[in-house]
Amino acid sequence: MREHFEYDLSIKHAPDDGGHFGQYGGRFAAETLMQPLKEIEDAFFEAWADPEFHQERLDLLKNYVGRQTPLYHAKQLTKEVGGAQIYLKREDLNHTGAHKVNNTIGQALLARRMGKKKVIAETGAGQHGVATATVAAMFNMQCDIYMGREDIRRQAPNVFRMKLLGANVIPVDSGSATLKDAVNEALRVWVASCEDTYYIFGTAAGPHPFPLMVRQFHTVIGQEARAQCLAQAGKLPNVAVACVGGGSNAVGLLHPFWDDENIRLVAVEAGGYGLNTDEHAASLAKGKPGIIHGSLSYVLDDDEGQISEAHSISAGLDYPGVGPELAHMMDIGRLDIDSATDDDALQAFKALTKAEGIIPALESSHALAAGMRIASDMTPNQIVLINLSGRGDKDLNTVMNKFGFDMEADV
Amino acid sequence: MSSQLSHVFKRCADENRAALVGYLTAGDPNVSISKALMLTLAEQVDIIEIGMPFSDPAADGPVIQAASERALAAGTHISDVFAIAKEVRQTHPDIGIVLMGYANIPYTMGFDTFAQNAVDAGVDAVLLVDIPPEEGGLCDAVFQAYGLDRILLLSPTSTQERIKLVSRHASGFIYYVSLNGITGADMGDMKAIQEQVACIREHTDLPVCVGFGVKTPEQAASVAHFADGVVVGSHFVGQIPQYLSQDKVMKSSMGQAAQAMKAAVIA
Repeated sequence: MREHFEYDLSIKHAPDDGGHFGQYGGRFAAETLMQPLKEIEDAFFEAWADPEFHQERLDLLKNYVGRQTPLYHAKQLTKEVGGAQIYLKREDLNHTGAHKVNNTIGQALLARRMGKKKVIAETGAGQHGVATATVAAMFNMQCDIYMGREDIRRQAPNVFRMKLLGANVIPVDSGSATLKDAVNEALRVWVASCEDTYYIFGTAAGPHPFPLMVRQFHTVIGQEARAQCLAQAGKLPNVAVACVGGGSNAVGLLHPFWDDENIRLVAVEAGGYGLNTDEHAASLAKGKPGIIHGSLSYVLDDDEGQISEAHSISAGLDYPGVGPELAHMMDIGRLDIDSATDDDALQAFKALTKAEGIIPALESSHALAAGMRIASDMTPNQIVLINLSGRGDKDLNTVMNKFGFDMEADV
Repeated sequence: MSSQLSHVFKRCADENRAALVGYLTAGDPNVSISKALMLTLAEQVDIIEIGMPFSDPAADGPVIQAASERALAAGTHISDVFAIAKEVRQTHPDIGIVLMGYANIPYTMGFDTFAQNAVDAGVDAVLLVDIPPEEGGLCDAVFQAYGLDRILLLSPTSTQERIKLVSRHASGFIYYVSLNGITGADMGDMKAIQEQVACIREHTDLPVCVGFGVKTPEQAASVAHFADGVVVGSHFVGQIPQYLSQDKVMKSSMGQAAQAMKAAVIA
């Protein structure tokens, strides 16, 4: 039987009533969406105060998703890196293979509470789409997933998974036909259908209350990791590291450590071909404050405010914006920003696979790359906690192409 | 209210008719043709909405999305948008000019610089789709200092409370979005729209214009019976892709479309 875990259900470091984290966040939405967003906000706070909501949510997280996920002391990787002890939070072992389902369970329960019959979502790599389609199947809700045409091409296995789960996958051709355009399209569709449709936003960004709500649903990651680290190592980590696209797994792991002032929190952005090129997704390191998809945060855009196309080998990090709370944490000095290039991530992908027999998602490989680098400068009595946000099966095609795997020669 | 927009509505009221408000995206299909099309439209409309092209127009339907894409692909800059506004102002001193678009463009330029440029170009008002009154702290004081009206939207989802909030913060006119959807979708039930407009009038003395989905002169005529202004956007923008390689036909087609709408509003 799975161990019982006592989660802290208080809302820490809450934004103001308008959803602002410092100067970031807010609700920069068209008038038509203001009331529907208010309804979600009210429903969320009401649900969060209701023990029955949590009972059902936590029961599903335990018996359907498989929480708690393990905290794994990666001894072999630690030895090869030669520095601090490396601990991995195994979100890859969640049902559907990534952290995303923590959020979709919570929001689907909310949608059902609000009497909505249908859910929609955007997806980039397809992980959030799969997690949404999964809960929609379980809750018997109609489900439409908006996905850029370009991403559909890159992520065929996940498209097939969503279809198997009974979702409609709707291709988006506008703009750059990637994640940001899928968000635009889902917003457009939601405007016209919000009466019976709930929009399950996939990351800790977007208009209030999404950044807060998505964070609350993901802090199970950091809360467990904190307690597990204390239990296993007898102390807290010195550094906690997570990759950042929109920021859902990062805020989920790092937020519960906010008040542990001695713990260094590190967000790792996708460096693509390098931060000195235009081909990356490092909104926090290289972007500037701007307004996109309903909130004020860091964005990658040009001198006149036109949003840029991000680049990363990992479709899940390939997003030109980032959640407002992470922008705030960076500004006040509570969050350090690091990055890993496409090549760094591929090296880390290989290293973990060989050392530990764990194939990580390319997103998580960015956190691994930076985490291993950080650990190598530390001492063996110290601990680096890395969020392994997802498993790498979905990325095998990409990696195979990169490494030039030849079936004839290599098998 | 900037004297210009109030004059426009007063003039229309004196003629016992609604104002015709026409929208085009600046720089569509390129800056020079766009300038000519704007001037053509300005011949007929009482207020012109000049759209600032944006890479991520999340509140717009396919017609206006495509307009933004064409304008940006043709290399339109925000300086071109101001230049077009200026030319419209010089040719049509009595028209109302509204700059319409998304928050990230003025935010990136800085609201102060943006407002200065707008005023220099002869713009009367600004409509930023994704800055609701709750977020007006970013721009309200600046626009007020420069004498720019801030047009705000109301929609069928707006509660009484929101109607009051928007009425307190809006100036120039209130833009009632007649449907729960994006620009260019099918228009909702006319009777329901009329009732909503009546409801808005209980909370404000500002003129109320109705838009999103007005595609035919018949619809424009119906709206004109109960609203202070009729906004036509996608129908005008939709003329452009039909005649992409025939500038002259495009211009005359725009002129005819505008004339037909004007006639409907006057009738």
